[in-house]
Amino acid sequence: MITLNGHRSDLGAGDTVAEALERLGLELQARGVAVAVDGEVVPRAAWQSFALAEGSRVEVLTAMQGG
Amino acid sequence: MTDSQVGPTLASTPGAEAGAEELLTIAGRTLRSRLLLGTGGFPSLELMAEAIAASGSELVTVALRRVDPQARGSLIDVLASAGVELLPNTAGCYTARDAVITAKLAREAFATDWIKLEVIGDEDTLLPDAPELLRAAEELVDDGFVVLPYTTDDPVLARRLADVGCAAVMPLGSPIGSGMGIRNPYNLSLIREAVAVPVVLDAGVGTASDAALAMELGCDAVMAASAIARAQDPVRMARAMRAAVEAGHLARTAGRIPRRHYATASTPEQGLAEF
Repeated sequence: MITLNGHRSDLGAGDTVAEALERLGLELQARGVAVAVDGEVVPRAAWQSFALAEGSRVEVLTAMQGG
Repeated sequence: MTDSQVGPTLASTPGAEAGAEELLTIAGRTLRSRLLLGTGGFPSLELMAEAIAASGSELVTVALRRVDPQARGSLIDVLASAGVELLPNTAGCYTARDAVITAKLAREAFATDWIKLEVIGDEDTLLPDAPELLRAAEELVDDGFVVLPYTTDDPVLARRLADVGCAAVMPLGSPIGSGMGIRNPYNLSLIREAVAVPVVLDAGVGTASDAALAMELGCDAVMAASAIARAQDPVRMARAMRAAVEAGHLARTAGRIPRRHYATASTPEQGLAEF
């Protein structure tokens, strides 16, 4: 199972970060978005090539009002 | 400092700080406004944009949270059209590790290496966790970040943060969102003496006089969030904070009169009639 923003997803091993973004309705050009997989930053340039593994935890973050 | 007062002082030596009109510079970036704004707590993005305009602030904080596909309106777009620079924060982080990862994600998301570093140590008071904060600050500075740490009002910790290369220090006046103002003015004035980097009062501001006092104590800027966002009229409070920060800075640099125990006549006795 691959976790996307804390929820079980239908993503599978071999799917890319780009596909995870698609699940959230985000385009690759989306402004103000950053991705971490298993606590490591995945740079925007690698979104289309970075393959997820079974058990990956994907966090897709953006700006929120705060502090 | 030749101030003869003991304890909290609201004054520096008159005239000691020339150049009241000098602009604030943090890590080489010059800011015309000495008011930093938090974006949290506004009832709507429209009201936030209006308050930003009224405040004159050029630097506003944003947090990093999970994408919400149902979210309405884009904070990023609103802030871009307001013409302000983003200062991402690590709000909600309780460990150096989480704060460092969050900072790196913020750099990726917003293309800025500036980070308002928050490492919280207690859920009720949201007070900073000093050892974790210092550890995270050191690591982020080494990684090329411009680090502005939210810190306690401890002058020694402030100095340690400046020593590891933080671009400014952001001591609290009182806990985040408490509106209790500046609980220890003496410590704030000690912090001003302890570090050469800009001092930005962060947290605790409740109303305009708190912001003015911070500036009179020698702070270079004030950060206001809840005080504006949660005021009954945020736009009006933004104007008040702007005026207070300007007034406090002017008063600081004008050099106030010393406090005296007894009156000093402001009208000469000479020429006084005798009846």
